[in-house]
Parts: sequence; C-alpha cells; structure tokens
Amino acid sequence: MVMQADDQLRQLYQEVILDHSRSPRNFGKLEPHTHAAEGYNPLCGDQLELYLRIADDGRIEDVHFDGKGCAISRASASLMTEEIKGKTVGDARMLFERFHQAITSDPSASVDGRGLGKLVVLLGVREFPTRIKCATLAWHTLLQALDGGGTTSTEE
Amino acid sequence: MNSHSSVQTAYGVTSVRQQFPILQQTPYGKPLVYLDNAATTQKPQCVLDAMTEYYTTIHSNVHRGIHYLSERATAAFEHARDIVCRFIGAAGREEVVFTRGTTDSINLVAASWGGANLRAGDQIVLSTFEHHSNIVPWQLVAQRTGAELRIIPLESDGSFSLDRALDTITERTRIVAIAHVSNVLGLIVPVDAIIERAHEVGALVLLDGAQAIAHCGVDVQKLDCDFYVFSGHKVYGPTGIGVLYGKRAVLESMPPYQGGGDMIRRVTFERTTYNDLPYKFEAGTPPIAEAVGLGRALEFVQSIGIEQIEQWEGHLIEQCTQLLERIEGVRILGPRTDRAAVVSFVCEGVHPHDIATILDREGIALRAGHHCAQPLMDFFSIAASSRFSVAAYNTPEEIEYAVRALEQCLTLLR
Repeated sequence: MVMQADDQLRQLYQEVILDHSRSPRNFGKLEPHTHAAEGYNPLCGDQLELYLRIADDGRIEDVHFDGKGCAISRASASLMTEEIKGKTVGDARMLFERFHQAITSDPSASVDGRGLGKLVVLLGVREFPTRIKCATLAWHTLLQALDGGGTTSTEE
Repeated sequence: MNSHSSVQTAYGVTSVRQQFPILQQTPYGKPLVYLDNAATTQKPQCVLDAMTEYYTTIHSNVHRGIHYLSERATAAFEHARDIVCRFIGAAGREEVVFTRGTTDSINLVAASWGGANLRAGDQIVLSTFEHHSNIVPWQLVAQRTGAELRIIPLESDGSFSLDRALDTITERTRIVAIAHVSNVLGLIVPVDAIIERAHEVGALVLLDGAQAIAHCGVDVQKLDCDFYVFSGHKVYGPTGIGVLYGKRAVLESMPPYQGGGDMIRRVTFERTTYNDLPYKFEAGTPPIAEAVGLGRALEFVQSIGIEQIEQWEGHLIEQCTQLLERIEGVRILGPRTDRAAVVSFVCEGVHPHDIATILDREGIALRAGHHCAQPLMDFFSIAASSRFSVAAYNTPEEIEYAVRALEQCLTLLR
C-alpha cells in the first residue's frame, strides 16, 4: 500500500483510534442524565451529543455520546468518555486543559504524556492542523455541558 | 484505456496541462492531482501574464483620468467586458455588470430587484440543491418584504423531476432563482422549460451559473433568462471578479445597489443622478486587473473550445462514475445522466474528512464537507459527502489514480 509510507498518516490513523472509531465506547443516549450539550462543527457538519450523570459529590458517574462524525472525532469522544468516567468534574476540567494544551502545541515539540492516559494516541493530529477541531469537539461539548448546556461549535 | 487514448490524442490534454504551472507541483513527494475544481479552478500562465502585464505597464484608475495610463487601463477593462459579452451571448455590453463574484451578483439582484419588486405573499422559487449563496440573499429580502420561499423538491431517490419543478411555479411566483448546474450533484438543470413556465406566469429567472460557466456553453439570449451570474475564479480566471448579466430593460428598472464612485453622473447634497448601465451597478474602483484576467481566461476557454472541454470532462466523469460504482458501499449522489464535471459520493461507514486527509497525503485534492449546500445534505440525511470535480486539464490517469487511492483508503479505515 502506497499510503503506508506516510508515518504521520499511520500515526494519525493508528489501530487504537480506528478501533474506537469503529466501535465507540459509551455510545448512545444516557438516561437519566443530569447534564447534556450538543457540539457542532460547522465546517464539516459533524454533530455530537454528550450526556453526563454527575453525582452530588461532583463525581462523573456515567458519560455517553451520540451523533455523527469522522474517525478522529468519534475516537476522541470515545476515549474522552473512558478517561473522565469516575473522575470529579474538577479533575475532568484539568484533564481538558492538559489535553488541549498538548494537542494544540507545536508538532515538533515533545509533549509530556503523563497524566494524559490513553489520550496520547490522539497527539498525531498535531501534524494535521485542519483536523485538530475534530479531536477537540467532544471536549468543547463537555465544557458546554458542565457550564450549563446548549449548543457549542468548534471553529478553531 | 484505449478509448481514452483516442479521445486524449484528439483533445491534447498534455498541451492544456502544460499551461498550468501550479499543476507541476509534487506535494508530499507525489504528483498533484487536483480534483477540487468545483471549489475553484487553477489559472493558466496566460491569465497570470495578463494580470502581471496590466500592473507592469498600464495600471491606473478607470473612467477618470485624462492621462495615457488611465485611457489604456479603461480600454483594457472595457475590452474584458466585451469578451464576457460575446462569451455569454449577451445582446449588448451594457448588460454585463462586473461584480466581486457569484455571491455578490445574487445579493445585488436580491437587494435591488427584490427590494423594489417583492411584496408580502409573493413567492421566490428555489431548488433543494441550491448553494447557500443562492438561498441566504433571498431569505434576507423575504424577511424584509414578507415574500415567501418556495422550494422545488427532489424525488426520493435524489433525481430531479421537471414536472415537480414546473408545479412549484405558480401565479404568485415573482422570481425563480436556480442553479444552472448543481455544485454537488453535477446535475445540468433543464432550465429551458423552467424559464418558459416562469415567463408564462410573469416571473423572472436568475440562473446561478457558477458551476456551469466553465463546463457548458452558455447563451443568455437563447436561454432567455433574465439574470445570469457567475464567478471568474471558477472559469480559470482570478478571484474577486464576477459577472451579473441582466436583460437591459430589467437592469434599467432596478434601483442602484451600492452608492459610490463610478455609479453616479452628478452628485449634489440634495440629489444624485445615476450613471448609465452597466456603471449604475459598479460603485467604487472596480477590480481592474481581475477583469483583465477574466477576459483572458475566457479567451483561453475559447482557444480550446467549450464543446471540446465539455466532451472531455464528460468522459472523465463517466470513467470516474464507473470506477466508483465498482467499489462496495459507495453511493453516488444524484442522477446518473445529465451531469457536468462533478461526482459526489458517500462511503458506508467512512467519513468524508478522513478520506480527504488520507488522499491529501497521496497528492490528491478533493472536497469533503457539505459543499455549502446543507439543505441538500439534510435531504440525503447525511452530514457531508466527498466530491471529485474535474476541469479541462484533468486526465483519465488521474481519475484512475484517485479512485485507486480511495479504495486503499477505505480498506485502511473499514
């Protein structure tokens, strides 16, 4: 295959990402839920709904997502739900900060992957500037849900 | 490939390609295969040269100075208008208004003609597959005037029914604004019958020719449309220049769109007298070098022959369609026949953006997304689609290479 010659492409579409895209975890509507938001990427028409059930002590008991999107946005949403399930809202926000900083950093800069968990597999997207918004859509939707719901869109 | 070879020899695609310096590039070490021509076409050397020469030798403001440069710049600008006039078969040069592009032209008509003529209850007829540029300007004027949008539906299989189109036009219809060629489906709309019906009920017709101008012969007098609009950059010309053709009587009846220089004859603080056509609609210093470039681009098309281009692109699209049809899980959007230069498709289980990213690394430029036609995407219940669109310089080898890369990409992602 000609396209396997491209390391950056192979890094982007590595097996973990393809697996999460083909069989997304925590997929489908969550009932009952305490928080929800809709994310929309106006550039490509992708759309994603996020549902959270947050306990009184601020712990994310469960989180699901639904919607249509590319392999990167589906994998990112799926990985995000795995990473934040069981965390407190405060820890999830901190993870967002860390992830956002890493994924928007210069591709040639080395990134300290500690604390990012499985999310490190998404860092290959740094080589594809037009696709970063695909990887961050789920996270922006998460913030929107935590901050009161509604619709958010990524255009960065 | 034998059938292609005979066509290829007669057409001479190699000499066409050689005129486009940008195509010689090798992104990511691969030959550039540019199949996003419906978004914008590349520019031949003669267009680049014409614009450089304009700036190098005669640039000045038009219709003003008495000096040498201004006279020459004005002559070059007006010569470009004459080329456009002949290219589209307009009755006279005063019917050719230079604008910034298709979008600007439609906004001009919607605001000026629509603002002066539409009343509450009047109908504006559009189709399901219109580009956002031929929807939103009409929505804006509808909101201001109380007119209503009426949409020509597609059949459930995505095909276009002329009967349904004709039924959508009623006694209350004041204007029909429709694409000559759909930028997503490639469908060549049977506009003759639509124009005839519209005129029967006393409505005007605006044809959005953005996707037609480089691919089909256009004769506005034969079509008998009231307005025809297109962009320079989709027909091998520069960005920032477009055309509004309007029948003289209609343009004369319309109020000015923007105020400024060039569109006036005499200004006092009490009253302004407007300039004659077409200058009444050309406020401000126009894009002069761009007009010169557009004129040269249309001459370039004429040097090959629009019928020859149409035939060549027809072969490429047919080849592309046949190759795509062989791939499992690929669905082509829209009709199988009556198409120009465009094939849009969806691949089961694979998102168009992933396809675009992977094919990009093979040097292939294709479009992924909603193609500025979200109502059409909604009709097909999809968020996005992929699109190959060809131009005069594409080859059967490029089509084969692109579809083979697509197959490999689908294997990787599925």
